[in-house]
Amino acid sequence: MTRLVIWYGELTTPRRLAMRGASLAAAPGLWLLVFLVMPLTAMVAVAFATRGTYGEVVWTLSTGNFRRLAGFGVLGWSADYLLILGRSCWVALVTTVLSLLLAYPLAFFIAARPRRTRYLWLAAVIIPFCTNLVVRTYAWMLLLSSQFPLARLAAAAGLIDPGSALYPSPAAVYVGMVGSFLPFAVLPLYTSVERLNWSVVEAAQDLYASRLRVFLQAILPQTLPGLTVAVILTFIPAMGAFVVPDLLGGARYMLVGNLIQQQFGSSRDWPFGSAVSLGLMLLTLAGLFTMRRRAATGETA
Amino acid sequence: MSGRLPRWVTLPAMAALALLYVPMLAVAVVSVNASRHGFAWRGFTLAWYARLLGDRSVLEAAWNTVVLATASTAVATVLGTALAVGMSRYPWPRWLRAALDFTVYLPVVTPDIIFAVALVIAFGILRAVSGVFNMGMTTMIIAHITFQIAFVALVVQSRLATIGRAVEEAARDLYADSGTLLRRVMLPLMMPGIAAGAMLAFTLSLDDFVISFFTAGPESTTLPILIYASVRRGVTPEIHALSTLIFLATVLLVLGLERLTTLAKE
Repeated sequence: MTRLVIWYGELTTPRRLAMRGASLAAAPGLWLLVFLVMPLTAMVAVAFATRGTYGEVVWTLSTGNFRRLAGFGVLGWSADYLLILGRSCWVALVTTVLSLLLAYPLAFFIAARPRRTRYLWLAAVIIPFCTNLVVRTYAWMLLLSSQFPLARLAAAAGLIDPGSALYPSPAAVYVGMVGSFLPFAVLPLYTSVERLNWSVVEAAQDLYASRLRVFLQAILPQTLPGLTVAVILTFIPAMGAFVVPDLLGGARYMLVGNLIQQQFGSSRDWPFGSAVSLGLMLLTLAGLFTMRRRAATGETA
Repeated sequence: MSGRLPRWVTLPAMAALALLYVPMLAVAVVSVNASRHGFAWRGFTLAWYARLLGDRSVLEAAWNTVVLATASTAVATVLGTALAVGMSRYPWPRWLRAALDFTVYLPVVTPDIIFAVALVIAFGILRAVSGVFNMGMTTMIIAHITFQIAFVALVVQSRLATIGRAVEEAARDLYADSGTLLRRVMLPLMMPGIAAGAMLAFTLSLDDFVISFFTAGPESTTLPILIYASVRRGVTPEIHALSTLIFLATVLLVLGLERLTTLAKE
């Protein structure tokens, strides 16, 4: 006797239910297994292999790639790779903070537009969000090039040599990164700001709270869901950024994305590239985790 | 929202918009400048645009970009929707549900370059084992589908959560069989979520450079790869025209989709 169950109004058996669920989830599940889980597993495995003479993967178990990443090379210890990792974290953090500092005012500005024209202002943020990153980064290269007023101004102020461009430079990387990832911060913040309960803000103002306290205690807690998404959407792509540092940073301001590309491109060292990718993945997760804890403790403080 | 905003809010807001638009504006202005070298204004011209339309490699890259985005979105929308329904409407064992949830969130919380690299390795292994999976259009489409599935599934899942299960139960009580339930009840209710997921997948594909760059072959250049390559070689005025056209196409796409969604709401 098979057991019958009532599953949301349908009289069926657990077996039939499982079959139907599996028939829906099997194809996409299998796809993700083959092209997502297995590749990532392969990457972890390759990170413990070594590079052969011709750039092939030699399957000998070794932790040499991680030792190399930590700076222990054949010529003794050097901080080169750790410096790149640290710099990537720092650039991603600064990019996230700067993007948020600009995204909050913009989100409030859009939310304050009259209902009729608000969607146009919102579209003004969605359009760069949807424009390809290479196109937008190239636009920055053009704007920072030697013949445009910005570079001339900097040259006149004595910051750079006359006739040279403002890139490659660390400053160009920051500008390009904020310009690229700003829309990712604005859109989630806007959805939170739009739903803001203004009576709480007005109550805080009535009780003579300073502007900072109004923001920290009346606005920030209410926009926390949007803020969390904004941080995730800016920090993660900023950690793995490759196009912006490649085009605007040059070889002297390398980030981890460029290091990975180098290993899979010209150096042809897949094992070391995999180890670096694994390091990037762990750093990203660690960064998100600390920021989440910060946000959680900041909320109760 | 009450009253007018103070200047210390509007000024940074304007600065943010300037940061987003001034570079693109500069490209657009340069793209209609007659001067071939340097940016001194030599008069208005559309010559670069005309030359662009005669360039076979550009047209081919544009075609590849559209094919890639359309094909991957079509497959990912079907698979992502099936995954969302399968995951949220059936009683899975807890470990399996946790594993599926984790897999779906993976592409959202890891930098795209890691996926690109993992897929390069996977395609390399598959190529060595089977002889197929040479880098090209197929590998690029597979790569795009893989990260799109997760985003479609997440969007459709949130739609399913808002629909709730009461409607389903009501339909069953009124003797709807599974086919009728799907066609007449669930699909119409899910449509906004499916459409939003498909739009997101499409823009993600158009937006992507890194994953395409790593998984592309020599004959499957897309527009972003073409621009990247020519920026490294030295820019020609045609690239300005091409960038401007891509930007204008994005503007039309966004405004068009927004128009559609407001019409759908009314």
